[in-house]
Amino acid sequence: MRSLMEACCQLCNHTPATPCSKYLLCRTEGPLCHDNDQCRQQRQRFIREVILPDNSRSQIIVCGGTGCSSSGSANLVDLLNQEISKHGLGDVVQVKRTSCHGFCENGPILHIKPAGVFYTKVKPEDIKELVTSHLINGRIVERLLYQDNSGTVYPYFWDIPFYAGQTRLILRNCGQINPESIADYVAVGGYRSLVKVLQQMSPDEVIEEVTLSGLRGRGGAGFPTGRKWASARKAPGEIKYIICNADEGDPGAFMDRSLLEGDPHAVLEGMLIAGYAVGSTRGYIYCRAEYPLAIQRLKIAIGQAREAGLLGSNILNSGFAFDIVLKEGAGAFVCGEGTALQASIEGLRGMPRVKPPRSTEKGLWEKPTVLNNVETLANIPFLMQMGGTAYGQLGTAKSPGTKIFALSGAVTNPGLVEVPMGLTLREIIFGIGGGIRDGKGFKAVQLGGPSGGCLTEQHLDLPVDFDSLAGAGATIGSGGMVVMAEDTCMVDVARFFLAFTQSESCGKCTPCREGTKRMLEILERICQGEAELKDLEDLERLCRVVKSTSLCGLGQACPNPVISTLKYFRSEFLAHIIEKRCPAGVCSSLVKYSIAANCRGCGLCRKNCPVGAIEGERQQPHTIAEDKCIKCGVCLAQCKFGAVLRL
Amino acid sequence: MRNLMEVSSLDKDLLQEKDRQLKLEELLTKYQNTPGALIPVLQQAQEIYGYLSPELIRTISSRLRIPASRTYGVATFYSQFHLQPRGRHIIKVCQGTACHVRGGSKVMEALKSYLGVGAGETTADLKFTLETVACLGACGLAPVMMINDQTEGQLTPAKALQKIKSCD
Ligand SMILES: Cc1cc2nc3c(=O)[nH]c(=O)nc-3n(C[C@H](O)[C@H](O)[C@H](O)COP(=O)(O)O)c2cc1C
Ligand code: SF4
Ligand code: SF4
Ligand code: FES
Ligand code: FES
Repeated sequence: MRSLMEACCQLCNHTPATPCSKYLLCRTEGPLCHDNDQCRQQRQRFIREVILPDNSRSQIIVCGGTGCSSSGSANLVDLLNQEISKHGLGDVVQVKRTSCHGFCENGPILHIKPAGVFYTKVKPEDIKELVTSHLINGRIVERLLYQDNSGTVYPYFWDIPFYAGQTRLILRNCGQINPESIADYVAVGGYRSLVKVLQQMSPDEVIEEVTLSGLRGRGGAGFPTGRKWASARKAPGEIKYIICNADEGDPGAFMDRSLLEGDPHAVLEGMLIAGYAVGSTRGYIYCRAEYPLAIQRLKIAIGQAREAGLLGSNILNSGFAFDIVLKEGAGAFVCGEGTALQASIEGLRGMPRVKPPRSTEKGLWEKPTVLNNVETLANIPFLMQMGGTAYGQLGTAKSPGTKIFALSGAVTNPGLVEVPMGLTLREIIFGIGGGIRDGKGFKAVQLGGPSGGCLTEQHLDLPVDFDSLAGAGATIGSGGMVVMAEDTCMVDVARFFLAFTQSESCGKCTPCREGTKRMLEILERICQGEAELKDLEDLERLCRVVKSTSLCGLGQACPNPVISTLKYFRSEFLAHIIEKRCPAGVCSSLVKYSIAANCRGCGLCRKNCPVGAIEGERQQPHTIAEDKCIKCGVCLAQCKFGAVLRL
Repeated sequence: MRNLMEVSSLDKDLLQEKDRQLKLEELLTKYQNTPGALIPVLQQAQEIYGYLSPELIRTISSRLRIPASRTYGVATFYSQFHLQPRGRHIIKVCQGTACHVRGGSKVMEALKSYLGVGAGETTADLKFTLETVACLGACGLAPVMMINDQTEGQLTPAKALQKIKSCD
């Protein structure tokens, strides 16, 4: 036996090819078809490699997520292994590469288990010291620990405020197991919910449990998952489909990406359970092409599950058959919408169609189809393990469970945050997120991407769940949370979202196609200081018309960011229109950089200007060539003598 | 077989062309009768040829028995498909919300100004193609860009230019 997924010896009569219903239990709990010390030891050894129950050995987890890899974590593994074998520590220390810990900006991250010491920003040249000091002499290397703004140093993972405030249930495996190993997933109890469902529950009981939990879809609309499954189960027809929506088109959202990269088997397990409940034998995962690592991990996971007999026919000798096809998206935001996504799988332009009929009656190829978001599906194994009633106790009464937020923008600790539904914005942004970076003031938080809105200071104590934000003009949407500081121009933000939806409108219906174009034109005029008050009226009317007459959610929701910014930041719009001034100094047509007479000619700005717009001799006052300047503001930030002016 | 090093560049082009044709043939045979195959076929054909030329679109359409107008309809709908040749290095600058509020547009401006091309365009020497993307899902590292398959985060205009300049 080389891994937990293989037969332990020749006496074993359960293999993927000749499935035994107890196959997985045998792997994690004990030999069932025969009792044998050797098998038991082998099994324990494999489980121990993943979970490490004792203190006699340690495991160094090197974060291999996209963020840490881009800041150079890849060669840390080799360096560590070299040092470890040099000191002959190979038997007691194991190095392992996992996926994102959700704290990317502080990467590359090293997490030493079981002690839980958490090193951040580790460079190759730190490895020697880490091994001698930490592993050999048992002394923590203080300078590599996470330090917050007040200078407090945190040696342990769970003490870091970013993690301490979270409840990581769905993310529990992300960063802990090797996502490319099904044995790792099985060792931490993976696929056990599938076993339970197949052996002890009827499809109706599964749906009952999901309904009881109150789980609502995490893809944006918050539709009750149990109800969706029930209606697909009831729909007539032999062939039914389960689709996992892994399109994650919202800019500023990355929770689905992390789940797919960090715990792909959990998503597969969720799909399998959905398939069993609904009576489907085929699943599709529609993943966006911009996520190459997620696609690669999914391919590996699907292959491993098939090999282990967890996909295919007669799964775990239950008679249930299910297989999964991976489809790569081709780059269109609107394809995240259910009916457009189905058109895209069918090989057509991804255009939404009128509903009803709902997808649960007539979806992919006109067959009853359940479409669920990645995070929704990743909740399923956890939910089934815990039981619907207990799950329903988490979070709030109307929005049970936890939600993963992608916290980004001007916040001190950007990253992935999983919290029970109902925490307030303040607790998330200022508690877990550590407040606004660089000592700036908070201005707004944008929630729900292009279909959401901006909220302000006055909303910080609102609980975050599906319903409470709606009154204030935002939604939690899929969970993007972009924090904006005082130097953000809200008119520019409104223009930004409209530019996005305008270019992503599929063009099928006129209000969205033409309306977003006109709205964008007005917003651009405002940003350029060329708009009149009349334009504002037109903009507001267009918002109403597009919202109420568009065919799909894209058009219906795209005015939201404009409406909410107009509501809370009207004075900023007026400053652009009446005074031709951008108070935040962002809109490039309205700002101009110049250098004042007190310039010492130190040349720092000239050296740092990315486009070579600054000229001047040493020790002589410098000048900015206006036609070249891209208004990036680098010179202003660089000048030590306050000689650069923003007009 | 002859050593590739000795093959003249003309021969090499021919060999490459032959190789591509074989791959395309294999692809078309595999998907000929699969419903909903158009998008994966276009994706893989683009991978072989780098972009979708008019001839390529005609070949695919006739083999999958799909009107060329529909193939064009699909190829122009999705941002992933390219009807023009692209550069050796593909730069995708994220213009998502998180990147935007942390200066992603300034990074884009700097690159545009340095390369002398706009979004979606390729430099005359076919070295760089500059593109924007809606979000790379690495928002914690904003602003972000991708050079080929490498994600680069926490950019400033100057750092972005430095990365570009180190591409060969
Ligand atoms: C324009 C548009 C884009 C969408 N994009 C996504 C997406 O990227 N991922 C997603 O899961 N849902 C997306 N949705 C929501 C889906 O239509 C659908 O409600 C969701 O996938 C259902 O899954 P759930 O019940 O698990 O939430 C989008 C909706 C619209 C209107
Ligand atoms: S609302 Fe926009 S995206 Fe939706 S169908 Fe109409 S044009 Fe297409
Ligand atoms: S604003 Fe940016 S581009 Fe303009 S002069 Fe200053 S550094 Fe150069
Ligand atoms: S990639 Fe390492 S923490 Fe996100
Ligand atoms: S907004 Fe740029 S990576 Fe997400």
